[in-house]
Amino acid sequence: MSNFIDEALQRLPTETPDWLSEQRRRGRSSWKSSTMPTRKTEDWKYTRLRVLEEGAYLGRAERQDSSSPALTALRDQVKIPELDARMLVFVNGFYSPELSSPTAMDAMEVVHFSEADETQVETIRAHLGTAADRDKYMFTALSDSWLDDGVFVHVTQNSKVTTPLHIVWLTVPQREAFSLSQRLLVVMDAGSEATVVEHFASDGAQQNCFTNGVTELVLGANARLCHYRLHLEEEHALHIGGVHARLDRDARLNSFHLGLGSTLKRLDVVVRHEGNGAHCDLNGIYLPRHSQHIDYHTCIEHARPHCTTNEVFRGVISDNARAVFNGRIHIHPDAQKTVAQLSNKNLLTSNRAEVDTKPELEIYADDVKCTHGATVAQLDDYALYYLCSRGIAREHAQVMLSTGFINELINNLQHSTLGEYLKPVLSDMFVQQVTQRERAE
Amino acid sequence: MLSIKNLHATVEGEEILRGINLEIGPGEVHAIMGPNGSGKSTLGHVLTGREGYEVTAGEVTFMGQDLLALAPEERALAGLLLAFQYPVEIPGVSNMEFLKTAVDGIRKYRKLEALDSVSFMKLAREVCKRVDLDQNFLKRGVNEGFSGGEKKRNELMQMMLLEPHLAILDETDSGLDIDALQVVAAGINSMRDGKRSFVMITHYQRLLNFIEPDHVHVLGGGRIVRSGDKSLALELEDKGYGWLESEAV
Repeated sequence: MSNFIDEALQRLPTETPDWLSEQRRRGRSSWKSSTMPTRKTEDWKYTRLRVLEEGAYLGRAERQDSSSPALTALRDQVKIPELDARMLVFVNGFYSPELSSPTAMDAMEVVHFSEADETQVETIRAHLGTAADRDKYMFTALSDSWLDDGVFVHVTQNSKVTTPLHIVWLTVPQREAFSLSQRLLVVMDAGSEATVVEHFASDGAQQNCFTNGVTELVLGANARLCHYRLHLEEEHALHIGGVHARLDRDARLNSFHLGLGSTLKRLDVVVRHEGNGAHCDLNGIYLPRHSQHIDYHTCIEHARPHCTTNEVFRGVISDNARAVFNGRIHIHPDAQKTVAQLSNKNLLTSNRAEVDTKPELEIYADDVKCTHGATVAQLDDYALYYLCSRGIAREHAQVMLSTGFINELINNLQHSTLGEYLKPVLSDMFVQQVTQRERAE
Repeated sequence: MLSIKNLHATVEGEEILRGINLEIGPGEVHAIMGPNGSGKSTLGHVLTGREGYEVTAGEVTFMGQDLLALAPEERALAGLLLAFQYPVEIPGVSNMEFLKTAVDGIRKYRKLEALDSVSFMKLAREVCKRVDLDQNFLKRGVNEGFSGGEKKRNELMQMMLLEPHLAILDETDSGLDIDALQVVAAGINSMRDGKRSFVMITHYQRLLNFIEPDHVHVLGGGRIVRSGDKSLALELEDKGYGWLESEAV
């Protein structure tokens, strides 16, 4: 078996702006001193990285011909017309002007790190790496060491940007397995408002890409960000990623995550309440099937008083798939008057499906209100019978119940247009599953 | 329409039905009464094919078909509908989606043209009005947060949309106030067309004031211990089930 730590170090970035080199150097040294997690590493207890080591994802991403009809068709598929968004499309990590529709918005700056002007560079340097901790999250260290470019989104003070920013990261297979580093930094100045949709998708072919994605969200006082992170890639796409957010006083983050399964998918979602009265709604859905593996680790750090968190994650796990959910809420000694809720519900639709869920509350303040809970259940037989007794075929009833289980979250999305886009995608997925199961029987 | 011969059934190993014989002709309304635990609801669930309700002997023919050989969904398509005593709450599945899926299925089976969304919406709204249920209930999750009476009306609505040949109403009257009872009774009466048959499972005679049964049966110990016309129901109301108990061996 190869040594992924060493191999990844061989893969130096090319053509990078000088001012990123310091961060890269630190990333390298942090990555070098890390060791591949084993079963004994608590944070990785249920998720093995064997596929990553065996897959030799050493190739570099190559620029694709984005005027090809296939890519245009794929872009049309991921476009969400009713969202009426500013759309930026990347193919295998490269920005594609042909596929994007970047209507300029004055109040929102969007640039590549490599093209940032002096003021922007200053802002990037002030914030990049402040939310994502490379010493705690080894794949952030990897992202830093591979750092050659990234996307910087900046919303200026008190600006209310109503048009959502839709960033689409498309992958298509290359001749040899390859790695991709995706980096996004969103800086919301005080009192600003915006919506950012991160959307990962691929063509239907078997993927041979490993994406290491790190997103940092920095919310100034009173800023409001509605953030979506949608993983809708084909199942062989490997993804290890993190979303790291910092919230200043009275900032509000509404973050929604959707993960369709893959051979390996691991997301660390970290939110730090750093100013009094910050609020975070963190919701997510994961739907692994076949032999997929999907792992969400969330961690909310309540460092200041009067902050609130409302977190709901739901998963439907089918076939031989496995899901891992770890939801940690950490209340620091200063964080009096915290209100935090965490709920994780899982539905297993097969006898071989598995979920490991662990809600964790760690409380060091004495005047707080916190609840957490996790459940694991199977499809309700009586509900199935009820639907069947109305002439609905059992398979269809199963799809209805699975969809219903997650619809509650989809129906509550701030952007209902996004929900309308996702619903058929998800119910098609459940239908496919049922037909495949039938064929197998 | 429905012919039950010597039906025996067990639930979790316990014999609940011990030889039911019942003939229901087209257009007839039968009331099944009896004390708690006499097997009334079990009969309903055995007929619709609930898992875990095992038939150990006997046969049931429904419109010429061997009913017991069919899966629950096939029984529904064949035209049998059980209005549940305890309808299930299914959050996340909208009532509208549920009703449309069911109606689409049954229309396909009956080789009727599929209804487009607009026509279905119109039909569903009409039916809502007939059972005196606010249209908002169409958008909510199936039975989610419905009161007892609202659930029963939702059952009635399904009956009106699915137009079964035989409807079994399992204690559709229980938990209803007198106004709701009248709405439900009027709804059921409006479905009586001389061909459709009804089995009404009930504890009380009061429903039968509004829906006149052709036959009344009293279930005791998993068997029909007495059959008669509507006067039997009145007699029961008067004397209680006690006087029949000696006959239920």
